Amino acid sequence: MLEYIISKYNYWVYIFLMMLGLYGMIGKRNLVKKLIGMNIFQVAIILFYISIGSKVGGDIPILTAEDLHGMADPGKYLNPIPHVLMLTAIVVGIATTGVALAIIIMIYNRYKTLAEDEILEIRKETGV
Amino acid sequence: MIVPLDIILLVFVVITGIAALQIKDLLGATIILGSFSFFMCLIYTEMGAVDVAFTEACVGAGVGTVLFIAAVHKTKRRAKD
Repeated sequence: MLEYIISKYNYWVYIFLMMLGLYGMIGKRNLVKKLIGMNIFQVAIILFYISIGSKVGGDIPILTAEDLHGMADPGKYLNPIPHVLMLTAIVVGIATTGVALAIIIMIYNRYKTLAEDEILEIRKETGV
Repeated sequence: MIVPLDIILLVFVVITGIAALQIKDLLGATIILGSFSFFMCLIYTEMGAVDVAFTEACVGAGVGTVLFIAAVHKTKRRAKD
């Protein structure tokens, strides 16, 4: 049992990072801290997908000269499909972060604070 | 995939992730998040995903850190938790 847990060590670290990001999104009250937690959660999921395509002893998926003359061996290379999908996910993630930061600046201009409980208190008092 | 290097980099990633969430100075948290992205880029390289690694290095650690610094500069720097 212990050997099984140790041999799958990378998945345990990924799950720990995901839970860390979830704690940042739920437990922290500052809005920028919530966004940092969202980034950590997102990167942990991207790392999980990359590790699915990885294997011990695999080479990076670029054909060499001898592969071009004979038959290329697919077992020698890593699977490039998760790489390409996660390339898109990183760029979309940074776009999401930019929009969220713009909304945070607008919230600060209106309420003059970034703490979630203080914003809710102001909204309850004034009704806006 | 080199197992001892993988373990060392995963430990660094966990430490920088916890520090980015716990530190009270938001500018410091942003810089630590940039180093988190950089260690993540090293892990991608070590796993053989070089294209993802250089996208993470320029988009994640570069543009993301600049956006966060700009937003913290326009709002408050100190957080309560």
